[in-house]
Amino acid sequence: MLDHLLRRAGEAVLAWLIVSVLVFTLVGLMPGDPLDLLLSADPDITTEDVERLRTVYGLDTPLWERYLAWLAGALGGDLGFSRLYAQPVTSILAAPLLNTLILMGASLVVGLAIAVPLAVAAARHPGSPLDVGLNLVAFAGFSLPSFWLALLVILLFAVELGWLPAGGVHAVGDPSLGSRLLHLVLPLLTLSLLTVGTYLRFARGALLEVIGEDFMRTARAKGLSRLGALVRHALPNALLPLVTIVALNLGTLLSGALVVEVVFAYRGMGKLTYDAILANDFNLAMAALLLATALTLACNILADVAYGWLDPRIRYGD
Amino acid sequence: MLRLLGLLALTLALTAPALARDTLRIGLTQFPSTLHPSIDSMLAKTYVLGMTTRPITGFDHGWEVTCFLCTELPTFENGLAERVERSDGSVGVRLRYDLQPDARWGDGTPVTTDDVLFAWRFGRHPESGVPSREVYTDIVDIEVHGPKSFTLELQDLEYQYNAINDLQPLPAHLEAAVFDAAPAAYRNRTLFDTAPTTPGLWLGPYRVIEVATGSHIVLERNPEWYGRTPAFDRIVIEVVENTPALEATLLAGEIDMIPGEGGLPIDQAIAFEERHGDRFQIVYEPSLFYEHLEANLDNPIFQDVRVRQALLYAIDREALTTQLFAGRQPVAATKVHPLDWVHIDDVKTYTRDLERARALLEAAGWQPGPDGVRVDADGLRLSFELSTTAGNRTRELVQQFLQAQWADVGVEAVIRNFPPRILFAEQLSRRQFTGMALFAWLSAPEHLPKTIFHSTMIPSEANAWSGQNYKGYANPRMDALIEAIEVELDREARAELWAELQRLHAEDLPDFPLFFRANAHIWPKWLGGVRPTGHLDVSTLWVEEWHVKD
Repeated sequence: MLDHLLRRAGEAVLAWLIVSVLVFTLVGLMPGDPLDLLLSADPDITTEDVERLRTVYGLDTPLWERYLAWLAGALGGDLGFSRLYAQPVTSILAAPLLNTLILMGASLVVGLAIAVPLAVAAARHPGSPLDVGLNLVAFAGFSLPSFWLALLVILLFAVELGWLPAGGVHAVGDPSLGSRLLHLVLPLLTLSLLTVGTYLRFARGALLEVIGEDFMRTARAKGLSRLGALVRHALPNALLPLVTIVALNLGTLLSGALVVEVVFAYRGMGKLTYDAILANDFNLAMAALLLATALTLACNILADVAYGWLDPRIRYGD
Repeated sequence: MLRLLGLLALTLALTAPALARDTLRIGLTQFPSTLHPSIDSMLAKTYVLGMTTRPITGFDHGWEVTCFLCTELPTFENGLAERVERSDGSVGVRLRYDLQPDARWGDGTPVTTDDVLFAWRFGRHPESGVPSREVYTDIVDIEVHGPKSFTLELQDLEYQYNAINDLQPLPAHLEAAVFDAAPAAYRNRTLFDTAPTTPGLWLGPYRVIEVATGSHIVLERNPEWYGRTPAFDRIVIEVVENTPALEATLLAGEIDMIPGEGGLPIDQAIAFEERHGDRFQIVYEPSLFYEHLEANLDNPIFQDVRVRQALLYAIDREALTTQLFAGRQPVAATKVHPLDWVHIDDVKTYTRDLERARALLEAAGWQPGPDGVRVDADGLRLSFELSTTAGNRTRELVQQFLQAQWADVGVEAVIRNFPPRILFAEQLSRRQFTGMALFAWLSAPEHLPKTIFHSTMIPSEANAWSGQNYKGYANPRMDALIEAIEVELDREARAELWAELQRLHAEDLPDFPLFFRANAHIWPKWLGGVRPTGHLDVSTLWVEEWHVKD
């Protein structure tokens, strides 16, 4: 098991390095240098100014040299300086990272907490009005455009009812836990409505597959109720495909939910990454994208471990 | 639970108006990338700095140069400006400025000539990172007469000689040491970004007390401010980039106003006015954003002025602004704004005239083709690409309007849009576009269109793609007029030259004027004293006049 994990970790590091080269190259080769934009936007700027700024911003060296300099700095803990926010990248990342982890983590937990019991309820009587109704809800959940749903909940709860704040991470001048929680409700509600549908469909499908297995009939023959058999025997077996989905979704914990973040002015990693790429902010874009890459790779390893734990038939390195 | 929520809503409803009277909450769509006055130019930054700093000179509401931090504008008439004729034949000017005697930084340190000298030294440094060094390198010398008085010598004597709007004093007592320690690293270490709540950085009516990057900035009354005491204790600037969400935030009462300088697009503001106009003051102020079309004049289609005129005769610009913008954005006759003092009405105008457009096209050799699109004698179709910034909903609507109207005279416009960075940095700057581009120029009052109309400003590989004459317009008369205006100090004589330039623009059509963009300001009914300017010296430069109405 340990050998397997070490091998997987080595592969993950290699994959991360390859992704870092790809991302740096792609960001570097994007058309429209930010200084070219400056040239077109400022009628008084001269070519000499642009050449001077290119040197000042270190854009006058080949891409591979810039990559090596970036990598050396990153390995030493220096992620560089963000041109977009005029601050060191490390100081910019902390707050959005925490915000995103809270929002996405909460939406994952809430999504699962709602979806799994609903899936059990739906799978108990497939084809029943409840099952059909939940299916419709699930389809609606992942079919709704997130920006529309976000605006809808703002209009209802913030504008019409005035119960909850329309946006932001916390009230200005009040970073207390209460204020943070109050501001979390609407983005969390939006994201959860979107994720519940996905998890519900997967969990229901997986449950229906195992319901017909022999061990389920044995469990019922032993005197377990239909619900008891579902929860105690079908659910653990049905969790395997759900683990795959959750593991993949865990990777998005750091990349954030762009649309929801934008509409709720919730400062998270999704918006930060998007802005950094658009503004050709190399250092910030690299840090944000590679952080998300690292987490995705780590989650894949975690999923491997979880498979082994959930399914005794899977053993690594034996 | 419902009772609790009801109580919460009631509490919020009762406390909100009280908060609004000593705190003004402003919603913007952009967060400033830096708060340093001289690094990067961005409208959101200009808006915030209008409340926390003051330039030495700037433009007033009448679009004339005025003093902010100086006491009297130097002119030849008052003897504070002096012509300098040098042995090499060049002509410069010496200008004497006195700073406001009571002007102090937020920590009580007087604003002095040291701050002006430091700003000059910083701006001239090759590693400073300022976008354009011209404003600093054009200053030949600064002679100090005392802590509040100096004379600067400019290399060239030009018509707006006493406007030193971009020379923003910097707090030398705080920033000089940071700069001198490592000039190349200064842009990353300046206190304006690393410690923006340092009181001594600010000299305006307000100073910064909190910055949450990407989210909000909180300002508080500056006790050291030398002018009229502003009405609000605090101003909170909140950033909501998504404009429907910004509108909802306003309706929810979490912000009080959305300024025109960085708020809702015009079409959204018009729709907002229809639904909620009775709850807010909504003011539309024409701005200096000149929306127009530029054609690549290397394309044989556009080289004939009759074709250019026909294309403008074929479109109904009045209908365009009426249908799309409820008539809030004035049709442009030339690049000169109707509010600019040099503007004239007496130029060739183009109201929609399809017969005339068809006649001009036929005179230029374009006959109706088999598929409805005109062709010339060589079989070349009168078809071109029409590009704009992808994702800009307003411009995309304008494109469709133009496309439909040109089709009526047998002209085919094929829409091909690009992200802004590609349109500006490649298609236009490198002159890769072959057809037309729809975009806007933002200028200042009485701004000479030298970089966009002068023949030496056509970007090419030879001049390392400098200049903004993307269309490739070259007309000796236009060049001569631009050069003459630049050095003409007499207002009447200059007005004559400007009049000729506008007539030439309207006749020769180096570009195709569409309309001047308007800014939609949305204020609460109780707010008074806000006066939009329409130019880049934004309304916050007079924030001390803002007040709660009786």
